[in-house]
Amino acid sequence: MAKTLYDKLFDSHVVHEENGTALIYIDRHLVHEVTSPQAFEGLRIAGRKPWRIDSIVATADHNTPTNGWDKGLAGISDPIARLQIETLDDNIREFGAKAYFPFMNANQGIVHVVGPEQGATLPGMTVVCGDSHTSTHGAFGALAHGIGTSEVEHVMATQCLVQKKSKTMQVLVDGVLGRGVTAKDVALAIIGKTGTAGGNGYAIEFAGSAIRGLSMEGRMTLCNMAIEAGARAGIIAVDDKTIDYVKGRPLSPKAELWDAAVAYWNTLHSDSGADFDAVVMLNAEDIQPQVTWGTSPEMVVGIDGCVPSLELAKNEVQRGDWERAYAYMGLTANTPISEINIDKVFIGSCTNSRIEDLRAAAAVAKGKHIAPNVKLALVVPGSGLVKAQAEKEGLDKIFIAAGFEWREPGCSMCLAMNADRLAAGERCASTSNRNFEGRQGPGGRTHLVSPEMAAAAAIAGHFVDIRTFN
Amino acid sequence: MQAFTQLNGLVAPLDRANVDTDAIIPKQFLKSIKRSGFGVNAFDEWRYLDHGEPGMDNTKRQINPDFVLNQTRYQGASILLTRENFGCGSSREHAPWALEDFGFKVIIAPSYADIFFNNCFKNGMLPIVLSAEVIDGLFSQVAFTEGYKLSVDLAAQTVTTPSGEVHQFVVDAFRKHCLLNGLDDIGLTMQQQDKIKEFEAKHKQAQPWLFA
Repeated sequence: MAKTLYDKLFDSHVVHEENGTALIYIDRHLVHEVTSPQAFEGLRIAGRKPWRIDSIVATADHNTPTNGWDKGLAGISDPIARLQIETLDDNIREFGAKAYFPFMNANQGIVHVVGPEQGATLPGMTVVCGDSHTSTHGAFGALAHGIGTSEVEHVMATQCLVQKKSKTMQVLVDGVLGRGVTAKDVALAIIGKTGTAGGNGYAIEFAGSAIRGLSMEGRMTLCNMAIEAGARAGIIAVDDKTIDYVKGRPLSPKAELWDAAVAYWNTLHSDSGADFDAVVMLNAEDIQPQVTWGTSPEMVVGIDGCVPSLELAKNEVQRGDWERAYAYMGLTANTPISEINIDKVFIGSCTNSRIEDLRAAAAVAKGKHIAPNVKLALVVPGSGLVKAQAEKEGLDKIFIAAGFEWREPGCSMCLAMNADRLAAGERCASTSNRNFEGRQGPGGRTHLVSPEMAAAAAIAGHFVDIRTFN
Repeated sequence: MQAFTQLNGLVAPLDRANVDTDAIIPKQFLKSIKRSGFGVNAFDEWRYLDHGEPGMDNTKRQINPDFVLNQTRYQGASILLTRENFGCGSSREHAPWALEDFGFKVIIAPSYADIFFNNCFKNGMLPIVLSAEVIDGLFSQVAFTEGYKLSVDLAAQTVTTPSGEVHQFVVDAFRKHCLLNGLDDIGLTMQQQDKIKEFEAKHKQAQPWLFA
């Protein structure tokens, strides 16, 4: 029978199945400082050891500062944050890991940037992490999703997860993306269509010529946001781009193992004629650069659109949500998106902080300067390696000359656990993934966009259409 | 884990769709390395008028009188009635920890985000799915009846209203079994360790690069 890629990945990891509940084996466990301390503590209390230490790859990212690194750990002024980062150090020292990139290590960074760049994420793997954006790794034809802390402990103790099989959704994007239209815009356009609950209960496979046309960075951006469509996992079939990206990474297979791996990886695609429980189709040509206007990623329109009016709400519940969103965002219905002025810009996050994202933003910023009304424009590379590569290419100089701040890697103002955050009422063009109330700081107002659109907004001081911006 | 069997509890309404886990427990409280004590900061940004940080004396903070859970009539509620896609966003288990610590044992909504839904069961909480129409009805009944309580029976998979109306709900058999008996997932899985070892050996043979 023709199988979907999800079926292949799931079925090849089933240890045991009873009444529709399966125990699936986990190949890679990514760990960070925020969702792991209680899991390690649980192991300690129960006197358990990790089942397979060499499945664990850890780094500190959520809570780490993006400046003041010259002072080391002592530079973390918040003692509670410092304790959490030190606790990860202690836990890895006690329990072990295949690889650990602690705070300020040259390879440290956002766990979803670090995993792929280290070759810790491989096609065909099951990958988990106590972070919802683990869906990112599905870009490699891996079954990857976020888990809670109880499950982090469960995977550490047993190498397995208790799972029910998801339904499958194919999101087909065919055609050629227009100039200035990126994977981020595809992700937001999909969420605009399905809603943030549209993928609940599903694993999404992204397919079609526009998806095949995306780089690995773009595919990671897209799979990263599968969770914002409600799907725990987003996956893309393996092709030559996948294999080229993985080749030669520190943890990638070598020599004869490489050849055997590639032979297997080339089978990681949905069989022709495989059935999906749902199919969603978009034309690449119809997708414009997207900007969110509200407090959920589904509250999104094209750059030439307006804040929608209440008559367009699909029901009473949505009408209520929109009214609250107008008030929170300080916007009124029918305001053209291009007339919305911004106060801050954030280029970074596990969605858009890879080298390609920084190159695209730098190309827009080159030779220009941020607008006087923009108080802060932050560029936060996804990892130490991304930062080093960007500096080798001189991107840091372009950003700094244009008035941006060039920071150390980490999650930063995507979730604003560290000192990088919005003040109440401040409006931000952000390349991150969530525009929830308070996400980037209490009272902060987030508009999600692509790196190009964020850089252009920084220069113009308001949202502009990257397709006509120069 | 605490077992869950039955509950006759006061219902509090949170009439919003897409309530995300950032709203349930804001990020600044995630710096804690413990899994308890999050209840005082559940819905922190909606519940208080001032900005909350870990370690603050919450009894001295300004309460937001407009936030529904602050109303006197809902004090002591153990059932949260809410709208679709509850618990979306971040996978933080601090969200069910905060709700449980606040006093909620049962949530009733038309739908949930997958990770949050799963996390509830790991903490002895029961997230119940009822149809949007039934939920609409419950919202009106709660609004009109002070002290409105519902009876939840996990074994029978029923929610019973004060007037005796019974709503059946669906729950996965395995999760139900674990919840009714307060079973620890890890302990259960460890009973399968021979199967895990057997799988691991086969997996290593098929994909040796995963173990290199």
